[in-house]
Amino acid sequence: MIDWFFISAAQAATAEGKHAAGGVNPMEQFNIERFVPIHVFGVDASFTNAALWMVMATAVVTLFLTFSMRHNSLVPDRVQSLGEVTYEFVANMVRDNAGEEGMKYFPVIFTIFIFVLSLNLLGMIPLPGLGAFTVTSHIIVTFALALLVFLGVTLIGIFKNGFGFLKLFVPSGVPAWLLPLITVIEIISYLTRPISLSVRLFANMMAGHTMLAVFGSFVVGLGIVGGWLPLLFMVFIMGLEILVAFLQAYVFAVLSCIYLADALHASDH
Amino acid sequence: MDPAAAKLIGAGLACFALIGAGLGIGNIFGSFLAGALRNPSAAPGQFPNLLLGFALAEATGLFGLVVALIILFVF
Repeated sequence: MIDWFFISAAQAATAEGKHAAGGVNPMEQFNIERFVPIHVFGVDASFTNAALWMVMATAVVTLFLTFSMRHNSLVPDRVQSLGEVTYEFVANMVRDNAGEEGMKYFPVIFTIFIFVLSLNLLGMIPLPGLGAFTVTSHIIVTFALALLVFLGVTLIGIFKNGFGFLKLFVPSGVPAWLLPLITVIEIISYLTRPISLSVRLFANMMAGHTMLAVFGSFVVGLGIVGGWLPLLFMVFIMGLEILVAFLQAYVFAVLSCIYLADALHASDH
Repeated sequence: MDPAAAKLIGAGLACFALIGAGLGIGNIFGSFLAGALRNPSAAPGQFPNLLLGFALAEATGLFGLVVALIILFVF
């Protein structure tokens, strides 16, 4: 009985099932489509579906935050409470991790957090036909964000500490004979920060959405008879993916704060 | 061995990294629970650290998954 279930599920997901279920390829949801082709100086700067969803994320966030502060009252109403909770959440995070001088960089951290969060959450909307597109499931998008954080933090550290910035790679309390090895390891792990930061977000988003697509094809392939079981599972997976969307945005922002704190306090090592 | 078969076997082998992810995540949450049951009042203060540790442990496993996907879809 269980064998039949898994075999038919596998068949549903393979070529025969693809034709029957209308051609479900789990990787198809990540295709980039150009809506308005724009070619500038040999560079393809077309307005793609990724660009569209990034514009929508910006619009949604801007509308939400300006709408929540429309009355700007001392005693907040419900929507203003939401805006204030968002602000305080990120402000506490920055203050805890980077200290009071890290609050100078609060706008950047807030922007990164709310941008990643809204992109993740917009990708969870299941629009039939149109297809909600998860912008952060593309490595180039997350890499651009992570590179922004990495380069920004490095430049802040160099401008603030001068050559004291290099003390970041030389932790105190290390015996002298171990120092060359530790320094090399520290530099290598510092340089892999943008890679780990970007791949973490990218892999979580892509793996989640691929799993959703695969289980969706199971539901369609098994039909009325057995389709309710993967459907139940999909409900849980959707809940999990929304949690992961929040968590990954939070982790991206928190790690940015920690790297910022490292750079600001580099000469204290 | 023809390249297509080797690709599929390689992708399957790359997923072994997820064993480490499972162990790491279980370790993190187990330690948090053990500490929280000994000192319940201090547990909420460490909750952000729990989420951060979970995400970092999961990330290393997902790096292996990314390697598997690269093998499958790039080569």
